[in-house]
Amino acid sequence: MKALKNYLNKIKPNFEEGGRLHWLSSTYDAFETFLFVPNTTSKTGVHIHDARDSKRTMSIVILALLPALLVGMYNVGLQHYMAIGREVTLLTSFLYGLIAMLPQIVVSYVVGLGIEFAVAQMKKEEVAEGFLVSGILIPMILPIDTPLWMVAVATAFSVIFAKEVFGGTGYNIFNVALIARAFLFFSYPSKMSGDQVWVRTADTFGMGRGTVIDGFSGATPLGQIATSEAGSFSEFTFHGITGDPLSISDMFFGFIPGSVGEVSTFAILLGALILIATGVGSWKTMLSVFIGGGVSILLVNAFAQNAIMEMPFYYHFLLGGFAFGAVFMATDPVTSARTEKGKWIFGFLIGLIAVAIRVFNPGYPEGMMLAILLMNAFAPLIDFFVIDANMKRRAKRLAA
Amino acid sequence: MANRITIKKGLRIPLLGECEETLRGTVTSELVRICPDDFQGITPRLAVRAGDTVKAGAPLFYEKNHPGMLFASPVSGVVTAIERGEKRRILYIEIKADQTTDYVDYGRKNVAALSGEEVKQSILDAGIWFLIGQRPYDVVAAPGKAPRDIFVTGFDTAPLAPDYDFVLQGQEADLQAGFDALAKLTAGKVYLSVSPKTTCKGLREAKNVVLTEFDGPHPAGNVGVQINHLRPVNRGETVWTLTALDVAIIGRLFNKGIVDLTRTVALTGSEVKQTGYWKMVIGTELKSLFLNNVTEGIPLRYISGNPLTGRRIDAEGVLRAGHSQVTVIPEGNDVHEAFGWASLSSRRYSAGCTYPTLKKAYRMDARLLGGPRAIIVSNEYDKVFPMDIYPEQLIKAIIAFNIDKMEALGIYEVAPEDFALCEFVDTSKLALQHIVRLGLDLLRKEME
Repeated sequence: MKALKNYLNKIKPNFEEGGRLHWLSSTYDAFETFLFVPNTTSKTGVHIHDARDSKRTMSIVILALLPALLVGMYNVGLQHYMAIGREVTLLTSFLYGLIAMLPQIVVSYVVGLGIEFAVAQMKKEEVAEGFLVSGILIPMILPIDTPLWMVAVATAFSVIFAKEVFGGTGYNIFNVALIARAFLFFSYPSKMSGDQVWVRTADTFGMGRGTVIDGFSGATPLGQIATSEAGSFSEFTFHGITGDPLSISDMFFGFIPGSVGEVSTFAILLGALILIATGVGSWKTMLSVFIGGGVSILLVNAFAQNAIMEMPFYYHFLLGGFAFGAVFMATDPVTSARTEKGKWIFGFLIGLIAVAIRVFNPGYPEGMMLAILLMNAFAPLIDFFVIDANMKRRAKRLAA
Repeated sequence: MANRITIKKGLRIPLLGECEETLRGTVTSELVRICPDDFQGITPRLAVRAGDTVKAGAPLFYEKNHPGMLFASPVSGVVTAIERGEKRRILYIEIKADQTTDYVDYGRKNVAALSGEEVKQSILDAGIWFLIGQRPYDVVAAPGKAPRDIFVTGFDTAPLAPDYDFVLQGQEADLQAGFDALAKLTAGKVYLSVSPKTTCKGLREAKNVVLTEFDGPHPAGNVGVQINHLRPVNRGETVWTLTALDVAIIGRLFNKGIVDLTRTVALTGSEVKQTGYWKMVIGTELKSLFLNNVTEGIPLRYISGNPLTGRRIDAEGVLRAGHSQVTVIPEGNDVHEAFGWASLSSRRYSAGCTYPTLKKAYRMDARLLGGPRAIIVSNEYDKVFPMDIYPEQLIKAIIAFNIDKMEALGIYEVAPEDFALCEFVDTSKLALQHIVRLGLDLLRKEME
């Protein structure tokens, strides 16, 4: 490590003001601070500082995302080999998922970080860490078969128009990863929904070549129930891609078609535990999303007219992006409500609206993305009312 | 029995270098330096010239807009230098101290027999008015405006802070005289806040005050937090603030007739070999205290005051006005820590749970431990800010300098020190105290 530090110190003058590579100073700084804790000391104010910084915070979020990512990768392979009717080991399934997923992650990071670095350089600022999380979230919430160029375009669009134009990390109004998804959803709906995109049937770099079995159906469980003709939930059964019925445990552990990150509620709960234990994610937001969803489901159940309206609450929580959105998207501190009271309202309304969209919107079976984006727009308003109450209290004290 | 208010929000930073409760002696130095910068919100005009002889208690300078507000010399001797900086701003006034201090005699006075106006004039004339602070703006109190109430804090919860019980031993009479004097200065009440652990009789049994116990972690001892819980400051109101240590100095003026700015100072910090209490006047050079008593071989940070709100000095520095603590910690600019973001090192301390807390006390240095960012994490400041105020929103209003918003969010109730813990825990490493100080100064200019 010492040799590396010495080397960094040696090349540093090149990147400083007047140096040959000054145009890369933000890049140099990003790598240097990635490798070594900056040893700048406080000039004004407190003389000691907490060890937690932005890098640590983002690292924890990525750590929390890992279980969902790994299980998701395994599931990509699992679904693929089921679709081509071949029995393989757990490791083979995982490897297939890994190599199918890697290009998407690489593209997302390269495009997003490329823009972040360039903008930081233009503004002569340090590179903010926000995209380290968004960059992994984007491939996790897209269908596995999304073409790489779409990942690139969507990432570029959302980083530039959802984040940098507002001033960068910490200033954005909408969740960057969800904007990337929404962009693709409205631009290329055929690649973002339906029953053709959730299971990768083609081989990946030659791995897992085969023909799809007869009777294959790649629809997600939520897609199945949304398009079902069944008059009541008891007449309806969820089925996997081979036509076999799906059990609750399949849905809980994530062996169903869907976006990579969202399938395993179990892995998402592990991530939630990490976020709550470290205090990085707000348990209030997470809990209130589930409460809001629960209330909404009970209301819908009470006036049920068809199968999806009758669907019990635990199916809603296990299927689609509900849990993933609650744990990783709604808790984004920048785009969520910032006051503690506001978080309860913010989360509650996300859950409420997500279920409403699921049940009442015939065109699209999932409502989590739109619910969160909608509430992102309302988060400042919620905070406004919470803070206004505090201001009014002060004004009242003055009048008394 | 005193009322008790329990503070839940806050943080006790487990810092190494707690002060041992032993009085180790008196520190004197040949040269004494007074920095007008230590007194917030005043524009100094010199009352002496280089070469003048002064007695302890005689004025060195006065406030430009209020010539009656004098600033006393802590020692007797000859003014040797007046150092000026940019735009002729006075950096410090240096006095060569006599071997034995010769005090100006202001005459013993029985506070009970004096009127409020006489008490005020006595304090102003003696040049120790600066001991009284004011909210709003956190500046030296404006003598012209009567305070609604006066708030005194009887304990310090800052990291490694001196124990007031220990420091105030034997000063019961001075304390009571001080409280009696303060009571004459306001038509309202004098509120004294103590910790549940406070045993000092001068505080526990003080008369003429409203006694309240504040229980909880830092910043329970901050007078701003106490005001917010007892009787918050509204727009247009003024309250005065002091520490019990300053009350004793005011009491001494009336009981002994002299200005004795001697403080009992705690020498603390992880890099101090032998911690303890020393008596000294403000402006005393500290180098004899540091000699052979601090870690050698690494860069050190010397702080007059506590590690949250203190002023950075150097090894040649002096005890700054208002401080009863000197702290020495490692500077840390020689440390190269690899992959801090992934570190599980037991040396790193975090108030949150993103690092394992493995030790009881930490040796912290002066590094920021991260780069400055926009405010990202929410509810971070609130957790260490026990007032009915939204700190993050107030900070943003100050940055935007939106006066209406600042007023509505409670700017008149806060001082930079109230944001010290927010600044400590801040993931985005922003200089919050600096932001608040600039905001308050600008606002004061705008309003007065």
